[in-house]
Amino acid sequence: MEHDIIVLGCGPAGLSAAVAARSRNKSVLVIGNPIEDSPLARAERVDNYLGLPGLTGLELLQTMKKHAEDMGAQFVTGRVVSLMAWNGSFALTVGSDVYQGRALVLAPGVVRAAKYPGEDALLGRGVSYCATCDGMLYRGKDVMVVGRTKDAPEEANFLHSIGCRVSYVSKERPDELHGDISHLSGTKLEVMGEDRVTALGVDGVKHPCDGVFILRQAVAPADLLPGLAIEDGSIVVDRAMQTNLEGVFAAGDCTGKPWQVSKAVGEGLVAGEMAAEYLDSKSTNT
Amino acid sequence: MTVHFNKEGFDKALASGQLMMVDFWADWCGPCKMLAPVIEAMGDEYEGKAVVGKINVDEEQELAIRYGVMSIPTVIFFKDGEEVARKVGVLPAAQFTEVLDNYLN
Repeated sequence: MEHDIIVLGCGPAGLSAAVAARSRNKSVLVIGNPIEDSPLARAERVDNYLGLPGLTGLELLQTMKKHAEDMGAQFVTGRVVSLMAWNGSFALTVGSDVYQGRALVLAPGVVRAAKYPGEDALLGRGVSYCATCDGMLYRGKDVMVVGRTKDAPEEANFLHSIGCRVSYVSKERPDELHGDISHLSGTKLEVMGEDRVTALGVDGVKHPCDGVFILRQAVAPADLLPGLAIEDGSIVVDRAMQTNLEGVFAAGDCTGKPWQVSKAVGEGLVAGEMAAEYLDSKSTNT
Repeated sequence: MTVHFNKEGFDKALASGQLMMVDFWADWCGPCKMLAPVIEAMGDEYEGKAVVGKINVDEEQELAIRYGVMSIPTVIFFKDGEEVARKVGVLPAAQFTEVLDNYLN
């Protein structure tokens, strides 16, 4: 089903954009991680959000999400692994599901784009970001799962269940991990191999494998949308929160500092309104 | 037109030496479904100039292994029976047409 506007991220910026777009009667789908995973959810007290001091970060997020839900925004929990602009609309995939929208609001928060050595060069040659997409190609093979998210153990368990020989790399062994999956602790990682992955280096020790699944909180917007203008790590936007790509808007921490709730909410409102206006102008012109 | 290749069909087309663009995909892959309309459209656009085909990696595992396909969608370009370029993941259509146009001109 095609939505008018797809919002990536369900923090204050994304939720504000959703409310603004719903006020303009656009259908909105918000795709994001569980709100409990947001860095804001860990704030014990937020005292600088105008008019509502003293709430915890999680309380703020829950209130905002409820507001967006009550306004009729729809939600999908998950991570967007790929995105494509095609014939004036955008298609996105979350696991094996495809969603379509006519305008985009990027509000993923701060996505650290830092990659491991070897990761870029071997992407698609043993490095994968999507267990459900590529897992089947590694049946009977040795794979390492680099788990940087709460649901990563689930994806590792999935790989195990389809017949991959899985090792899991993270600081500590997660409780949810299947008992048959071995665990490696380490932080300094390096993907190794010439034209395909042959090993993962973990704190200087080489572990031979055929594939490395790197599961992070989010795929960086510039990796999802080739050509998206980025400056000093932030998405470049104008006063209308419009990026350099047609139909793509951005709001919140991803556009730069200060990383504050008020700024995110304000930018989200502008992005939501402008995305709605963009769709209106498009339908008048055609 | 987009050709759905099995191993025999693919090897025959490969042996003819013509310019080919082949999309390795599977049913369970969301990004592949997303790329499908692009591949279809290119099949029409390059009709008579290049062969645009698809290989289901579930049904044709041997071909997926032969070309070391480790992530899907993977699009591989062939000319004179040899691989000449490879694109992994969902990319804008221009990245595919660029390769074909490069070999056509």
